[in-house]
Amino acid sequence: MGKEQEDTAVNEISVLVGGKAGDGINNAGAMIAQLLNRLGYRVYQYFDYPSLIRGGHNFSIIRGSERYVGTHRNHADFVLALNKETIERHRDIFTPETVIVFNADQVKIPGNGVPVKEILTAEEAPEIMGNTAMIGAFAKAAGIPWETVEGVLKAHMPKATGKNLQVARRAFDRMTTIRPVGMGGNAPLPLLTGNEAIGLGLAKGGMEAYVSYPMTPSSSLLHFLAEHGPALGVEVIHPENEIAVMLMALGFAYTGKRTAVGTSGGGFCLMTEGLSFAGMAELPIVLLVSQRTGPSTGLPTYTGQTELHFVLSAGQGEFPRLIVAPGDGQEALYWSAVVMDLAWNYQVPAFVLADKTLSEGTYSIDPEKVPAIARRGIPVWDGSGEYHRYADNPSGISSLAFPGRERAVVKVDSYAHDESGITTEEGAMVEMMTQKRLRKGRSLAKGMEGYAGVVVSGAKDATTAILCWGSTKCVCDETGERLGLKVIRPVVLSPFPLDQLNSALSGVKKIIAVEENATGQLADLAGRYGVRADQRVLKADGRPFTPEELEERLAGVI
Amino acid sequence: MAGRQLITPAQNTWCPGCGNFSIQFTLKTILEGLEKEGKSLDNVVLVTGIGCHAKMADYLNINSFYSLHGRAVPAAVGIKLANPELTVICCSGDGDSYAEGLDHLIFAAKRNIDITVIVHNNRVYGLTTGQYTPTSPLGFRGKSTPAGTVEFPFNPIELMLASGATYVARGYTRKMEQLKRLVTGGIAHRGFSFIDVLQICATFFPATDYYNPRVYEMPDQDLDNFESACIKAREWDYNSDAKIGLGMFYNRSFPSFERQVPAPVRTAADREKAIAGLLAARK
Repeated sequence: MGKEQEDTAVNEISVLVGGKAGDGINNAGAMIAQLLNRLGYRVYQYFDYPSLIRGGHNFSIIRGSERYVGTHRNHADFVLALNKETIERHRDIFTPETVIVFNADQVKIPGNGVPVKEILTAEEAPEIMGNTAMIGAFAKAAGIPWETVEGVLKAHMPKATGKNLQVARRAFDRMTTIRPVGMGGNAPLPLLTGNEAIGLGLAKGGMEAYVSYPMTPSSSLLHFLAEHGPALGVEVIHPENEIAVMLMALGFAYTGKRTAVGTSGGGFCLMTEGLSFAGMAELPIVLLVSQRTGPSTGLPTYTGQTELHFVLSAGQGEFPRLIVAPGDGQEALYWSAVVMDLAWNYQVPAFVLADKTLSEGTYSIDPEKVPAIARRGIPVWDGSGEYHRYADNPSGISSLAFPGRERAVVKVDSYAHDESGITTEEGAMVEMMTQKRLRKGRSLAKGMEGYAGVVVSGAKDATTAILCWGSTKCVCDETGERLGLKVIRPVVLSPFPLDQLNSALSGVKKIIAVEENATGQLADLAGRYGVRADQRVLKADGRPFTPEELEERLAGVI
Repeated sequence: MAGRQLITPAQNTWCPGCGNFSIQFTLKTILEGLEKEGKSLDNVVLVTGIGCHAKMADYLNINSFYSLHGRAVPAAVGIKLANPELTVICCSGDGDSYAEGLDHLIFAAKRNIDITVIVHNNRVYGLTTGQYTPTSPLGFRGKSTPAGTVEFPFNPIELMLASGATYVARGYTRKMEQLKRLVTGGIAHRGFSFIDVLQICATFFPATDYYNPRVYEMPDQDLDNFESACIKAREWDYNSDAKIGLGMFYNRSFPSFERQVPAPVRTAADREKAIAGLLAARK
């Protein structure tokens, strides 16, 4: 059965847009994503770009499906080529039916050329609007009604909307419909990148400050919150480096402000001393660590799942931490809110562990389907007696007071300390306070039993299961379903949800770990708890699995 | 909390003759004064790094944030940004803020954030038992440089002037009345206040006999003149044999950082509305 036949079973469309860096490929992709959204498709947009500002090849693949998707395909039904390189580079994903719409000024081949320069001259439009011409031409080639194009441009091109509409219309009129796409059959949904979803989730969780130093792929969250912080009630600070980021954030937390930091692996290296401090001083803090290909500077703009063990064990000493790895935009929205809340309930450092695929991928998000977040109040000091910041109790969770509170002397300390927060080297006290912090970790683990820390999907009765985590959710779900495999995915990675994992594994005879790293970090982690992966399907080239690629790799090990 | 006992029961472990006692007494006196003026010490936060200076956090019975080595300043910046109503006093050491955390000191000055940084500059690492610091004189024989250092100290006054500090002073632990004036002025100053305090380390760098004949009190004049501040700062380079001026180098008013950074406050309902609005705009 060929791809085309399969695709007709599920109404789908895959569009590739390519050009050189600086051409605005990501924005063009976003417009196409919105066109498909308004046609009733569920949308996923992948953006691939090198780490530079001008030149180099950028491309975006937008996939629309009548069903929910969160990964891009290995083929293109439509190609929008802003330059010749786009056609040369991506031939391997063209099919005989692929429709190529190209900028006729750049590409000299027969076919569906768009005379971009001529259109811009006729409309007296600047060069930057060349993309709009391409979008207009694509819409006509795909049989998308003009009203849809008009609606999308009006909603999502706030600058020079009128001129853009004229350019799009002229290109639209000059093109002919070649391969009409159907309707997706759904109501349009908000399209958000993973980082935007994380930002909204953190705001939902009550975030009052976001502190970050730019580092791909976390930077777009800094930009998003800098723009929307005033409306969301989030103060945004960009300090001198990640060491300062972490310490400033802990200063915010000390005063009672819910705060998050964001970075990638390299920046997180600099935050580890502050992380350990947060563990010792019991300062609640949320960290977005968005992974990219390492080690070291690695591939700044490509993905990877290589920091699981790093975030699990970063920072000297032993202290509890929460680590959650959402799988797509919708989960990111939900879990980011939960993580913020839990950080404050248990006074622990809490991670949202993402990667480039999730952070910069665009997903259809259904706000109606995001579970309600049950915010529990934080334990506030009742004002009786003398305030002790680290007063011990059976849960290990001390009550909170913040500077400015009458009669409270609030002392936090990076040294081993007593209940009042004064440094101690007395062995019995050190042991007692260590046990207090660990008991708090057990309280957290107990609290996590109320959350779906392990998600099961795919063929739920199958005896062979994919074990995966993070942004490979969507590709594993899709492939698992296709191949009749169960998909087991821990979303919570610390405290490790062993009971939930074991019940998910009931009836499973063979486990195949699928990870975008070179060693199988989740497989190793599960192994520590006695869950052995029989096979490991790994990938460490910085590019996310496509369903086709994963299917082929799995076929070899099933 | 009025009339509080300002010294905690924690056992004091500074060496006899340590200059830190003078700084502690100075701070205690200032805090008592604030309370007498009717200001609540509940709104005062002391931030310290790690080093002998930092024990201040354990010894003073006020809100404190006992931070990491070199990281007193960024924590203090975060606290002030989060709650500008707090008075944030930051005690740091020369190893702390001139070595490990120099970048934070420079950036805090650059931003002119309203915190008061007191550097206990004893020009030696005390807690790690005697190594050279960025302000140790050339040729300093410490445990890591037994043959003597071959690098010049830097001049923290000049450095802070260049970085944008709006209140720059130098005190000395043997001149407590003046030290009190300088710290009080720093706390009152609306912007970044920096006070380098020549602090005697009785054990590893007992420099009293060196300082006493050289120090003199600088007159408070022309304080808003940057050029003249620089000239005064260069009189002694923390190395050569020269007169050592104590007092104010520079003091000018300039908008402080925390008053200019937008700190939006929204109710939970407003947030939900904003979130719903942003989601709707993405359709």
